[in-house]
Amino acid sequence: MSCSRRDLLKNTFKATLASALPLSAFKMLSPAQVKASVGDSNVRWVFLVNTKKCVGCGLCVKACKLENEVPYDPPITRTWVERYVVMKNGQTHIDSPMGGRDGFTDSKIRENEIPADEIAKGFFVPKLCNQCEKPACVQVCPVGATYQTKDGVVLVDRTWCIGCGYCIMACPYGVRFFHPVYKVAEKCTFCYHRITKGMAPACVQACPFGARQIGNLKDPNDPVAQIILNQRVGILKDEYGTKPQAYYIGLDNNVR
Amino acid sequence: MAVEHIVAQGAEHLFVHGLDWTTKELFTYPNEFIYWSIQIVMYPYMTGLVAGAFVLSSLYHVFGQQDLKTIARFSLVFSLALLPVAMMPLQFHLQQPFRGANVMFTPHFTSAIAAFGIVFSTYAVIVLSEIWFVYRQFFVDQVNVLKGKKETKDRFMYYLYIVLTLGAFDTSDGAIAKDKKAVKILAGIGIPVACFLHGYAGFIFGSVKANALWMSPLMPVIFIMSAIVSGIALCMLTYIIIMEWHKWSAIIAKGKGDEKVHMIAGAELDVITKTSRYLLGFLIAAITLELLDLIFRGYTAMKSWDILRSVMYGKDFINIFLLQYTLGNLVPFILLLIPGLTIRRVFFALIFVLFGVFMMRWNVVIGGQAFSLSFAGYMHYHMPIIPTNLETYKEGLFGALTVAATPFILFWLINKVTPSLEFK
Repeated sequence: MSCSRRDLLKNTFKATLASALPLSAFKMLSPAQVKASVGDSNVRWVFLVNTKKCVGCGLCVKACKLENEVPYDPPITRTWVERYVVMKNGQTHIDSPMGGRDGFTDSKIRENEIPADEIAKGFFVPKLCNQCEKPACVQVCPVGATYQTKDGVVLVDRTWCIGCGYCIMACPYGVRFFHPVYKVAEKCTFCYHRITKGMAPACVQACPFGARQIGNLKDPNDPVAQIILNQRVGILKDEYGTKPQAYYIGLDNNVR
Repeated sequence: MAVEHIVAQGAEHLFVHGLDWTTKELFTYPNEFIYWSIQIVMYPYMTGLVAGAFVLSSLYHVFGQQDLKTIARFSLVFSLALLPVAMMPLQFHLQQPFRGANVMFTPHFTSAIAAFGIVFSTYAVIVLSEIWFVYRQFFVDQVNVLKGKKETKDRFMYYLYIVLTLGAFDTSDGAIAKDKKAVKILAGIGIPVACFLHGYAGFIFGSVKANALWMSPLMPVIFIMSAIVSGIALCMLTYIIIMEWHKWSAIIAKGKGDEKVHMIAGAELDVITKTSRYLLGFLIAAITLELLDLIFRGYTAMKSWDILRSVMYGKDFINIFLLQYTLGNLVPFILLLIPGLTIRRVFFALIFVLFGVFMMRWNVVIGGQAFSLSFAGYMHYHMPIIPTNLETYKEGLFGALTVAATPFILFWLINKVTPSLEFK
């Protein structure tokens, strides 16, 4: 059988096409995408912090560290509480010793005595991952090890993270750090392992004053969703365009 | 309960990344540390040297700048020696170094770092093939010279050169002309790729919107310009050192009565003078852009300017204005412009230039982490000098020195196969 150049080209083209078609039926998915596609799209987890209720006891930080196996004494934490003391002259003192884990029992801030009669106002602000709608950390991960689930929570794949630290740099809120044991990026997950089983996050459960709440923004009957939709709430650092999903009641303009 | 928790996790061995070399002042978020330390300073510095060395060699190959002929071949081979070193700092820095290849397996293309593998490999292919075309005739000549020699070393080199020719033994005029054409094309493609390789290193920083100092669209361009400056400077410096070394070793050999030695002229002032003109041009471009960035930030005075100003004009004043701008830019600028240039004066100017570009990288990478994301506090970096564990070696002085020394060792090795200095 002879094969002309035309035949050869024809057949090569046909064979390429024939093999390409079945291959195109498959879509290459990263492990992160597979995991993310499993989530429930009727849920959008959001967090609500009522700063007026927070007394800075630090039980949320303790609970979080124990629940999520974040080493207890190293100064890294998934959630923390900040203390703001605004003076009558406009000066602001902020601190968060050990992330506020042991409460704020000392009236001094960084060894400095704060004269009580000069204080205009003082309050506590709990912080945690904002589970942004447009997370900068997910955008910059070079290997796709950090990803957003369908229900809006940003997670880290500990088996795939290379530990470059780009996500830590990209987060405007400073919520990420390297886990000292696993040596990968670590962050607050709203206790994803709990909320997906109908339980409250450890910090929410531990808070004796109800300053922390979690809810589903897509459920109109959800009490948290109703507060966010019907009342005046604030978010942190909206200028970065990440669309943070932790809402705050009683947010002050001094809060960083 | 707390105590059990610590013991369960072996707290005594816990190493919090960044804790060893960061001190904090006023209010910073609990998780903030200097996460990107000396190796991330080395990374753009080394990639910059690679890109700069290649651009210098291309000025001759593409634009036919005859005055650069001598240094072009040398800088091409030197850029190959620098190439693997551009990856080293990243490897040293990764918390999971064995997963570094994941960037190739599952590149996540919204990330600036994900393109690294692709850009870097493209660039490596261009450099390698250009060197092959430049040296093909030399490889064939070597095969002919070494044919039939019996010594083990000669046999080894004979087979090595056979492999390096890749079976292309044709050295007719037509074939050589084709080689030259290929070199020209590759060098032409190489310039934008080299600029891209480094410009995108600038993009890695410039696109971090959370960092007030880094975020600037000028960052990639600033990085390219200073990269070319540092690359040219390092090539010139190494060229001077090697040529002077050859000259002096010849003089010493002659002094010892070895009459067979030919006198070597040493570094040619002519070559150096002309190359330094290109250096000055790129230096002016780099400084102009950096100053534009600085003035623009001051004039627009966005929210972050208060803390940026206190870092630039206060805490980092010596690093930025004395070490980088004065010692690293102004002093070499004057040294190179004063008439009656001498090799010695160029030598010192080049050291200042290289130091200046290093300080620029330092001030960007470390300076960008010198203030808290809360804009209410500061962080200070204390580079680990004496390593106490693997981490403080990798992210300390000795890790940086390892990275800095490797290109010279590689150059020494590569130069044994493709001599870039004797061969004219």
